Amino acid sequence: MDQIIMNQLSYPILSTVIFLPVFGALLILLSRRSWELLTKWIALATSIATFLLSIPLLTEFNKSTHKMQFAEKHSWITNWNINYFLGVDGISVLFILLSTLTAILCVLISWEAITKKVKEFYISILLTTSFMIGVFCSLDFFLFYLFWEAMLIPMFLIIGVWGGPNRIYAAIKFFLYTLVGSLLMLVGIIVLYFYAGKTFNILELMTKSYPYTMQVWLFWAFFAAFAVKVPMWPLHTWLPDAHTEAPTAGSVILAAVLIKMGAYGFLRFSLPLFPEASKAMVPAMLTLSVIGIIYGAVICLAQTDLKRLIAYSSVSHMGFVTLGIFALNSQGLEGGILQMLNHGIITGALFLSVGIVYDRTHTRKIADYGGLATVMPIYAAFFMVFTLASVGLPGTNGFIGEFLILLGGFTANKWAGVLACTGIIIGAGYMLWLYQKIFFVSVNPKIVGLPDMDIRETITLVPLILLVFWIGIYPNSFLSFMHVSVQHLMERVNMGGVQEANIAKTIMEVVR
Amino acid sequence: MNFQLPDLSPMIPELLMTALALIVLLIDLLIKKKEVIALISMAGVAFVGLTLFGPPGVTFGTMFISDGYSTFFKLIFFINVILSVLISIKYIAVERVNYGEFYSLILFSTIGMMIMASAGDLIVLYLGLELMALSTYVLAGFIRHDIKSNEAALKYFLLGAFSSAFLLYGISIIYGLTGTTDIKAIALFISEKGLAGNLSLLLSVMFFIVAFGFKIAAAPFHMWAPDVYEGAPTSITAFMSVGPKAAGFAVLGRVFMVAFASVKVEWAVILIPLSILTMAVGNIVALSQTNIKRMLAYSSIAHAGYALLGIIAANNEGLASVMNYLMIYAFMNIGAFAVIIMLRSEGFKGDSIYDYEGLSKAHPLAAALMLIFMFSLTGIPPTAGFIGKLYIFMSAINAGYTWLVVVAVIFSAISAYFYLRIVMYMYMKEPKVAVSLTTSPGTDVALGITAIAVILIGVLPSFLLELARTAIKGF
Repeated sequence: MDQIIMNQLSYPILSTVIFLPVFGALLILLSRRSWELLTKWIALATSIATFLLSIPLLTEFNKSTHKMQFAEKHSWITNWNINYFLGVDGISVLFILLSTLTAILCVLISWEAITKKVKEFYISILLTTSFMIGVFCSLDFFLFYLFWEAMLIPMFLIIGVWGGPNRIYAAIKFFLYTLVGSLLMLVGIIVLYFYAGKTFNILELMTKSYPYTMQVWLFWAFFAAFAVKVPMWPLHTWLPDAHTEAPTAGSVILAAVLIKMGAYGFLRFSLPLFPEASKAMVPAMLTLSVIGIIYGAVICLAQTDLKRLIAYSSVSHMGFVTLGIFALNSQGLEGGILQMLNHGIITGALFLSVGIVYDRTHTRKIADYGGLATVMPIYAAFFMVFTLASVGLPGTNGFIGEFLILLGGFTANKWAGVLACTGIIIGAGYMLWLYQKIFFVSVNPKIVGLPDMDIRETITLVPLILLVFWIGIYPNSFLSFMHVSVQHLMERVNMGGVQEANIAKTIMEVVR
Repeated sequence: MNFQLPDLSPMIPELLMTALALIVLLIDLLIKKKEVIALISMAGVAFVGLTLFGPPGVTFGTMFISDGYSTFFKLIFFINVILSVLISIKYIAVERVNYGEFYSLILFSTIGMMIMASAGDLIVLYLGLELMALSTYVLAGFIRHDIKSNEAALKYFLLGAFSSAFLLYGISIIYGLTGTTDIKAIALFISEKGLAGNLSLLLSVMFFIVAFGFKIAAAPFHMWAPDVYEGAPTSITAFMSVGPKAAGFAVLGRVFMVAFASVKVEWAVILIPLSILTMAVGNIVALSQTNIKRMLAYSSIAHAGYALLGIIAANNEGLASVMNYLMIYAFMNIGAFAVIIMLRSEGFKGDSIYDYEGLSKAHPLAAALMLIFMFSLTGIPPTAGFIGKLYIFMSAINAGYTWLVVVAVIFSAISAYFYLRIVMYMYMKEPKVAVSLTTSPGTDVALGITAIAVILIGVLPSFLLELARTAIKGF
């Protein structure tokens, strides 16, 4: 039991944060269908309360230990030795905050955009939030899988019911892709369960070592689930459809949190459970990452649809994340985790921004815009910040993440680093080109007279702007959460390669 | 010459059930309101249910066994019969076949299943099977004025008779080989005489597989299922998709795990391709169905394929997982049929999947319930369907069939498409025709029970798992 620190707060914080949204969803379920405004306010109040209650996770977090904190453990399904077991460490804690923040933004941005089946919509949003948070704090594989899969149901509905014209195709594709991957992982989980003497306890499973061939098989079984979610090339094809067709809130959830789960899965499970296999698979993973980076970026250049472009840029950016993770050194890993947050913030913000104009114009075609800077100047300023952050301009969060990843990438494999850099260059190309086409050039008659952002929309974007600069200027307040946990993860993966980790740490100090 | 009555205490539930069926048959002459008969049937079944958990025992020599295993299956049959009657009350009135025999036939069929689950002898097994089958044949054709219903009954009868012949043939070979029809004695004889490699024995095993495969609707003996499911009255389809299937698995487990225990390797080799074929046929053909009853027929074939994995595991854990699965299947499948039945109204069949377009708009609650059942049938947590599949997969992997489970999960992912399609029609399409629901207290109660069970078992499965595990002890 020395792997965990039980929750010391006066209330079970993780359970509260997970189940408060479910409670809100139940309230909405019981409220009358015609009271749409009440529904929205319940959703907003619940998501804000969830966020506020999740803040102690940051303030009370003990950064000097890799142990799982705020842990809760209750026996649940005794026949299978399953516990209701929650806890967070430096790798997962920030994602919970990201999820709770995203939930508020999603409710705000949908306030006027969603007009049909309002009740079902907010129930779906709240349930997705709850399940996402659950994924990040589960320390029992059964519980983890439950959240991981359950999330598909509300997400399927969000894309399929409130999405764009091609929404049904996108929703089913999303569901089937992720389901196939998840089920293969389930087989892997069951194999682990029996091998380790009938336990789903993740911490316990991590203390065992597994034969190499088994590790390789399981690595690929888990890969199926995580690589689809990330998504890594060539399993990414669901993403452009899902992101493009989903309603704004759906795209934001997908981009900001849901696809992070894949990368989180690699960090939390693949690396520590199958260290030898992970190390052996580094060349393959780096190759796939680099292909993803360049492929995603190049495809972006050919897009005519606003959301589709941002979706493909996600493929490219998530390639950086997996590159960082499989560089298997501390800069790479920390960069990867930070970049996951960054991508959540930036891409979430970009989708929110697109949603703001989409609500006004109902078109996603880049060609339908032009000269928007004259019509909506405040909006243009906001969009500029996010564009530059996405490009990775120093001073914004995108720079820190990509820089750390490239540093780690170079250390791991020079060529991977070099090739990944081209992704950044192309990235600058398509983002600036996009900005130019939408905001400058001549004013498109279709958009003349659009109102600028209102208070609600501004409030939605402001927190993200703040985060962009905060992480960009003083990343240490976020990186400091990770150091010890990442260090521990490195030790687990390297098992005797501690020296290397120390060298890496020195380089880190120099860099700062 | 003194005749001694055997100890009847182990078969009290069967005796009471028979009495109940006869009473229901008789009072049908006196009572005009058929709803009352339905209520009496359900109350009777519930009462008999109380006697289920008596002490285990064996009677009529070793012909009749009452143990945890049979009791668990009887519990499934009772749940099946109560839920089926609940959804029938209004439905058979809508179909204009509101006759009292309906209920007594359902009860007789259930008695047949109970005898099957308790059979310690192949002859008793056969008797139970025929009682169950004959009653179900009639029920399948209960809508006399509907040609499809007639077709269903005739098809079911012809093919059913054919499979019974196979069973009898198998039994005679076994009798010829071992000189007994007692399941335990057969096992003893085979292991003592080292008959494991005997060709006639294998032939007989094959015949058993054919006969039982027919009852559980495993491919390639599934041909009857789609037509019968489609043509039969919907509540009977629900009844058939659970009861006879569970009974089939009950005897499959008993005969193969006990009588043929020493030829486990041989029958597992036959069952493996059978289960793969069953999953493949069920899931792939279901993709192209446009009639929801036919679709659920193929889905039920596919589910038999998953459940076979637990039999293939060939140990108590595997058997427990099958029992657990069938219990869960009873709730989720009858739940789905309860929604289907609500769509049937005077002059509107409501069994095309296109009738579900936009259902969530007019009837959000019915659509939400259907959504739960569809996701449960797919096996997505936190529904019971997930627990059922997980247990099956766990026991198969523990028995060393990891590759088979990989095959199963791939088919399981394929199945998601046709279940999702219903959800998609309900939520993502606009309604084309105004569908009015035929609600009744019966269907409401059935929907309530099934939906709560599906969610509850999905979140807190401990109780059911423990029940299955205890039931299998000493098997």
